[in-house]
Amino acid sequence: MVADRFEYQAPRSLKEALSLLDEHDGRCKILAGGTDLIVQIKSGQINPDLIVDVKKIPELNRVEYGEDRIFHIGAAVPLSRLLMFPSLIEKAGILIQACSALGSVQVRNRATMGGNICNAAPSADTPPALLCLAARAAIASLKGTRTIPLEDFFLAPGQTALERGELLVEVMFSEPSTVSAGYYLKHTPREEMDIAVTGVASFLTLSPEGKTLSDAKIALAAVAPTPLRVPQAESNLIGRTLTPAIIEETADRAAEAARPISDLRSSNAYRKEMVRALTGRSLRAACKDLGITIG
Amino acid sequence: MKITVNGQEHEIVTEPGRTLLDILRNDLGLTGTKEGCGNGNCGSCTVLLDGQAVNSCLVLVAEVEEREITTIEGLSRHGELHPLQRAFIEEGAVQCGFCTPGIILSAKALLDENPHPTEIQVRRTIAGNLCRCTGYDKIVRAIMKVAAT
Repeated sequence: MVADRFEYQAPRSLKEALSLLDEHDGRCKILAGGTDLIVQIKSGQINPDLIVDVKKIPELNRVEYGEDRIFHIGAAVPLSRLLMFPSLIEKAGILIQACSALGSVQVRNRATMGGNICNAAPSADTPPALLCLAARAAIASLKGTRTIPLEDFFLAPGQTALERGELLVEVMFSEPSTVSAGYYLKHTPREEMDIAVTGVASFLTLSPEGKTLSDAKIALAAVAPTPLRVPQAESNLIGRTLTPAIIEETADRAAEAARPISDLRSSNAYRKEMVRALTGRSLRAACKDLGITIG
Repeated sequence: MKITVNGQEHEIVTEPGRTLLDILRNDLGLTGTKEGCGNGNCGSCTVLLDGQAVNSCLVLVAEVEEREITTIEGLSRHGELHPLQRAFIEEGAVQCGFCTPGIILSAKALLDENPHPTEIQVRRTIAGNLCRCTGYDKIVRAIMKVAAT
């Protein structure tokens, strides 16, 4: 028995799910892959009266990349399905790296990107990559649908911008430029099946003349209460002829922006040092892919 | 509700808040599936859900209606062990045996999808299955032996 008693509903339409949420909000929890939720129920952290399984809702189950060149990823799609979606593999490698860094095969067959986002763990692997891709979150309630930048979705550990009666439907992002490259690098004491001590995603876009960067995004995991973009580091890269000193300075700025805690996984100082190391490493790897020589 | 385990349909009466693992072991008597950590880390409760490896300790029984579940008991055919089971015995890939059902099912899911994986693919596939006895090498050897045939 997971918990003494809760009701289970698996609505087949978005409207039905939203009605359930509206009626029971505060006392119900959304079930997608269950790899966080069921653990939380078992440990007594939460004790919902109703579980709403959203895996049968068509809108939350689609993975699409259409003529508008926008990726739509339903909130209840398991990561293993994303890892096999050809246009994602081809065009959004950084997200594929983040999805494959999460958990084990068994976990990825169940865990969803929607769940990874809505649990809002600071250490979550997919948000930094999604922030680099300028992803937006489509949120529905009985009142209608709204779309917000994913960057505004995370408020604090476990806290999101979802309001009462709201459900994350999908995450979307435009196809990245063909002259872009990015890496999500994650440091864990164990090679597999571990939570990030530090995660860094770097994503660079080459300018038309082919020598400098027209855009740079750097996002961090596990070093602040929420996934963190570091504009003060990003701006150091744009439009400049890159040198080893600039890369080091950018990595320093990312480390300075990090506000990590000390816990059983790592000390605050070590996490900062790992931000510095992984930022440098991911930037060098992305530059190499783009054919940029670092001075 | 009705659930299908190893090709056989079972009708069960249960609260929705029980895990698939609990139903398999305590209602259906299929004790080959083991409970280790109970939170998705160790993989000893691995079963196949529509052919995919999942941790049955993190699946609610209510989620598996109309879906196909395969446990370790469903691998042998007409009294003949599955090639993976034979290879594990031949290679000495079993010590205490607690992780073995889960690892064999993880390996089966991989080989069903990709019959000739590399050793790295095999090692990544079983990364979600902890074994505290063997040091994994004999397990990898056993899986690679089946992959080579």
